[in-house]
Amino acid sequence: MASLLQAQGLCASYGPTQVLFGIDFSIEAGQITAILGANGAGKTTTLRAICQMVRTAGKLSFEGKELIGQATESVVRLGVAHVPDGRGTFTALSVEDNLKLGAYTRRDRAEVSRDIEKTYTRFPRLAERRMQQAGTLSGGEQQMLAISRALMLRPRLLLLDEPSFGLAPMIVAEIFRIMRRINEEDGVSMLVVEQNANLALDLAHQAYLLETGRVALSGTAAEIRGDESVRRTYLGY
Amino acid sequence: MTPRQSTLLKWLLAALVLGGLLVLPFLVKNYRVFQFNLVLVYAIAVLGLNLLTGYNGQFSLGHGAFYAIGAYTAATLMDKLGMPYWATLPIAGAVCFGFGLLMGFPALRLGGHYLALATYALALAVPQLLKYKTIEGITGGVQGIVLNKPEPPFSFRFLGQPFNADRWLYIFTLAVALLMFLVAWNLVRGRVGRALIAIRDHPIAATAMGINLPVFKSLTFGVSAAYTGVAGALGAICVAFVSPDSFGVFLSISFLVGVVIGGLASIPGAIFGAIFIQFVPNIADEISKAAPSAIFGAALIGAMYLMPAGVMGMFKGLWARWRLGAAPTPGPR
Amino acid sequence: MDALLHQIISGLANGCIYGSIGLALVMIYQSTHHINFAQGELAMFSTFIAWALIEHGWPYWAAFFATLAISFTAGVLIQRIILRPVEKAPVLTNVIVFIGLLVIFNSLAGWIFDFTIKAFPSPFPQKSWMTTPYFSAHELGSAAVMLCVLGVLFFFLRYTPLGLAMRAAALNPESARLVGIRVSWMLAVGWGLASAIGAVAGMMVAPVVFLDPNMMGGILIYGFAAALLGGIDHPGGAVIGGLIVGVLENLLGAYVIGTELKLSVALVLIVGTLTLRPNGLFGKHVVTRV
Repeated sequence: MASLLQAQGLCASYGPTQVLFGIDFSIEAGQITAILGANGAGKTTTLRAICQMVRTAGKLSFEGKELIGQATESVVRLGVAHVPDGRGTFTALSVEDNLKLGAYTRRDRAEVSRDIEKTYTRFPRLAERRMQQAGTLSGGEQQMLAISRALMLRPRLLLLDEPSFGLAPMIVAEIFRIMRRINEEDGVSMLVVEQNANLALDLAHQAYLLETGRVALSGTAAEIRGDESVRRTYLGY
Repeated sequence: MTPRQSTLLKWLLAALVLGGLLVLPFLVKNYRVFQFNLVLVYAIAVLGLNLLTGYNGQFSLGHGAFYAIGAYTAATLMDKLGMPYWATLPIAGAVCFGFGLLMGFPALRLGGHYLALATYALALAVPQLLKYKTIEGITGGVQGIVLNKPEPPFSFRFLGQPFNADRWLYIFTLAVALLMFLVAWNLVRGRVGRALIAIRDHPIAATAMGINLPVFKSLTFGVSAAYTGVAGALGAICVAFVSPDSFGVFLSISFLVGVVIGGLASIPGAIFGAIFIQFVPNIADEISKAAPSAIFGAALIGAMYLMPAGVMGMFKGLWARWRLGAAPTPGPR
Repeated sequence: MDALLHQIISGLANGCIYGSIGLALVMIYQSTHHINFAQGELAMFSTFIAWALIEHGWPYWAAFFATLAISFTAGVLIQRIILRPVEKAPVLTNVIVFIGLLVIFNSLAGWIFDFTIKAFPSPFPQKSWMTTPYFSAHELGSAAVMLCVLGVLFFFLRYTPLGLAMRAAALNPESARLVGIRVSWMLAVGWGLASAIGAVAGMMVAPVVFLDPNMMGGILIYGFAAALLGGIDHPGGAVIGGLIVGVLENLLGAYVIGTELKLSVALVLIVGTLTLRPNGLFGKHVVTRV
């Protein structure tokens, strides 16, 4: 089975500073893959590399199409949605406008309206605040909005950068529960970058461990969880 | 090469350059010498603006006003009080320092585009004020003031050319320019320079480090205006004429062009900027009599494509690339 | 009292024009964070194109809309071809490019159409039901046209998908890319719209001040002042700022200082206001975390 997303020898740099030194990974369709690692390991850079937001080299293909050299907006139009760190919501626009923008590239107006209604059913809190400025929402609500906006694209691959960042544990648990539901019900493949290894390994099927821009370990979530060094360094026991 | 040899080489180079500069006026015709004088004058003005905009990040579209004030100060002192030309320079500088300081106060509250507009208003106002009826007695109104070019202190011939007023002014202006460049270089090399750049790049952090922002910013405005004022005085002496219409808004814009073309936050860049604003319009004129400004505009845009960081920025880039090519690249493979 | 009223209303009519230029400046500023100093000259050049079309026998409104289309296209092309190479360059580099554009268009206009002053027709005839002792038909008509333009623009930005995309691209270009918006093209469309608005302003002001290559110099400054007064990131503020500037200019010129110095004095007053309210009258006071 051909992978949904495949990277071979992927290198990435910010200007003259190289951050990724030739990593290999592949994402299977329908699965949730986690990227773990400490600060500065290159996790966020990996997601940015997929979206061509940084200078990349090597091979990177999505559904067989080469991504390197394309504009970010073209990668998005191929079906890759990215929830960046910091959420990236349009804080000055309303919740509804944010959702509409998520569906900007779609032509099927009726389906878009249906998807917006589905979002409000899934996240009642967003429905309450549909006309409010997104910047006035709480952190958890903004994260829900950011994920919903990304889903409005009806992506085949959803990239999530630190979805738990700065959120209270209960909200985080709720969001991760919803992410699992989205993966199971809608079949959206996900690539999740997380510092919270516990949460990530609970959610994911596959995992990669990055250390200073290189893949240190890879395998199923259970395998990674069982690894001695991972347990001590990242899981704390 | 030992450090001692390197220093010796630098001194030798400097002496050669200085010698070349001193011989230069005798190699060319009078009108060229006059143009060189203006290049030196503009270089001082552009340097003044660069101190404010390049090093300190305060955007001024009004330095033509300080140039005009300096020019008129010198002209009035020479015309009405019979003061010798060289004595007018420090007075012009002091007067413009005062005006610059005054301008610095509202500038504290304004930033970026707001300051640009405020200084633009200044640039517009000064020529209008100079034409004002009530002070016509001093300023000469629309007709301006005609001056006499100073005669050289001794006369001789060298390489077939006489040591006349223009050539004497060249030496004089060159000396003043060298002095002012040296002072500026010393200023920005030390604590002051670092403080200016800190204020430009991160004002909040600068304040947190104990730099007194209002004092520094206002003083910078004053010094910058003083430099441009001295340039204006020199300009008046070299041209031997001042009138309100020669100090329009385009002068201020030209100085800004000079700063960017030469390179922001660079002292030698001022020379290149001055050469550009003096000679490119002339070249444009020769290329097209019908639309010379269009050629000038195209030259501006072209220059920004080729050298977005100015001439000095381009040199620095080439220098860095040359050094990188020579040394092996470190880093993981 | 009559004269005062006339000055005020005339000032408001002028203010609509200053506000439109201010609005064009704000549009480009919001998306690119640059002030387009060449805006006035582009507007002037567009007006000359309209003049040329009318001289060739085109009816007024045909020339008007053709000029709008030409200006829009020109704005898009200028952004794509001339500004894109310096998009990521420092602010002052862009400023010099704008100055270059300013100088080129001014010079080209003088070369192609020469520097003699020309008359430009107004679509609102002198003797009509719209003329009153307080304001001329043209003043009323041009104010109406400008308000129409502003209304169309407002509707476009607020209620169409493309308008929403443009606003998003201006607010957060990176996030806009992540929803598939071609941000570069949004900048180009913004430029096109700003050029078209400028063209309308030029065609409305030319009948009053007469058409020549230096027509828009002072108006650009007033537009800039209007934009700053309203808060540089607030389109509605630019319009209101324009009205204030228009009235201020007229009152100063008639009662305080006379026409030569009124520009400087108006600017000084505006700058004075800005020292008291550094973000403009309607600008948001942005609190940034250090």
